[in-house]
Amino acid sequence: MNRIAVVGAAAGGLATAEALRRRGYQGVLTLVGDEAELPYDRPPLSKQILAGEWEPDRLALRGRADIDALDLDLRLGVGASGLDAAARTLLLADGTSLPYEALVVATGVRARCLPGAEGVGGVHTLRTLTDALALKTGLRMGQRLVIVGAGFLGAEVAAVARRLGADVTLLEAGPVPLAQAVGEETGRILAQVHREHGVRLHTDAKVATVLSADGEVTGVALADGRVLPADVVLVAIGSLPNTEWLADSGLALGDGLVCDQYSAAAPEVYGVGDVACWHNPLFDTAMRVEHRTNAGEQALAVAHNLLNPDARRPFAPVPYFWSDQYGAKIQAYGYLRDHDEARVLRSDLTERQFLVAYRRGDRLTGVLAMGQTPRALRAWRGLIASGATWDTALTDMAVTDPAAV
Amino acid sequence: MKITVDEPKCVAAGQCVLIAPEVFDQRDEDGMVVLLTEAPDADQHEAVREAALACPAAAIHVADS
Ligand SMILES: Cc1cc2nc3c(=O)[nH]c(=O)nc-3n(C[C@H](O)[C@H](O)[C@H](O)COP(=O)(O)OP(=O)(O)OC[C@H]3O[C@@H](n4cnc5c(N)ncnc54)[C@H](O)[C@@H]3O)c2cc1C
Ligand code: SF4
Repeated sequence: MNRIAVVGAAAGGLATAEALRRRGYQGVLTLVGDEAELPYDRPPLSKQILAGEWEPDRLALRGRADIDALDLDLRLGVGASGLDAAARTLLLADGTSLPYEALVVATGVRARCLPGAEGVGGVHTLRTLTDALALKTGLRMGQRLVIVGAGFLGAEVAAVARRLGADVTLLEAGPVPLAQAVGEETGRILAQVHREHGVRLHTDAKVATVLSADGEVTGVALADGRVLPADVVLVAIGSLPNTEWLADSGLALGDGLVCDQYSAAAPEVYGVGDVACWHNPLFDTAMRVEHRTNAGEQALAVAHNLLNPDARRPFAPVPYFWSDQYGAKIQAYGYLRDHDEARVLRSDLTERQFLVAYRRGDRLTGVLAMGQTPRALRAWRGLIASGATWDTALTDMAVTDPAAV
Repeated sequence: MKITVDEPKCVAAGQCVLIAPEVFDQRDEDGMVVLLTEAPDADQHEAVREAALACPAAAIHVADS
């Protein structure tokens, strides 16, 4: 193998390039990214950057010297526009065509827009550094911020905006925020935390239209007739995988790039990070997770599989994510979706702690927590990784951490 | 090998502890990374480099010495 192209130059793409070099690959290594900046990290965008605690230069995933040491054919500020998979040629937006022997797709996702709100001043989405800086300028003391979508991203921004003194309204289309992702009872606990911090949370709030005057947003009108005045609107209603450039490639596209248990989409074509929907054998299900940690872990796995075609390993991680809200950290291990039961084992909001375990069939499939020790969480993770049954897990944890069960 | 961690960047993910438990630990109160040794033995170098790659906050820096 002497020509590997990685498309998407953020967490997943850069980690893949690093892992390939670490594992001894010495051939040509092209890294293509449509953003102009050196690869940077996204989680701080809705946290330290929005809060004004960090300058943007702290986001860099690696310093210039570390990137130079990778000896990359680095092409930033130019997107991939197409792929001729049969000829193994990558097409770039500037007209270049690049032959490759192996390809890694790490193009991530972009924010979903609210139809009709594009181009209205004061309406934001949050995915890039530019987005974060634009939103930050709009968030001042006393400004009225309406956030459409009460998922983790909307929740984090609500928390930071309250701290900055903004007047915050959070809109959730369903009866309980995050119910699908984490279960109803957990969603209600998280909703309670927002209310305690002075956020107005409206549930069953379906947006009809964004109101504007002279091209600037003035409010959000709901389907039931309510009107919520706004100076700034954040649309946080999920994301869309960046796979349009692969439309004519013949690769299978569904909810992202469809990959097998090795993270392969085709021979010598692999997916990494938010864009990849792969079969996770640990849970025997296809999943696409938008978690920062997964981008790194999948990059390591893909680098191994690419360089060791005769000794490939299935990518079977226990997914992990965290979210920072109101000074507390929410952490989750496992696969929380599609659960049959979400059991709240601990809930003490004044102490800022809770712990929820997830069951699918007779297995423990996930845990979500706030304010638990790293040791306790690692024990839960171990049980999920080993495929422990629900009963065994609860019994085990009663021994390790009696307060938890 | 000399390891440095940028503590304010750490997000308490614990990847480093899973990969190199002899070199990294986490504080009980908030999960922040604790470096057990700045200059680990040679048999730990491989694991430390993997941890630096896997850390989701790019908070671990490894310099050769
Ligand atoms: C505001 C925010 C907060 C977050 N907070 C958390 C958190 O607290 N915890 C957590 O676990 N996760 C969090 N995440 C998710 C985490 O950031 C992602 O999981 C991670 O960025 C995924 O990395 P990636 O490399 O797969 O994709 P991305 O980071 O999306 O990178 C893909 C790159 O490819 C580029 N690209 C797209 N199309 C093309 C093309 N055709 N050609 C070339 N380049 C292209 C994109 O511009 C981008 O630079 C957060 C995300 C955001 C936006
Ligand atoms: S892996 Fe990184 S973020 Fe996680 S605990 Fe270690 S240093 Fe902190």
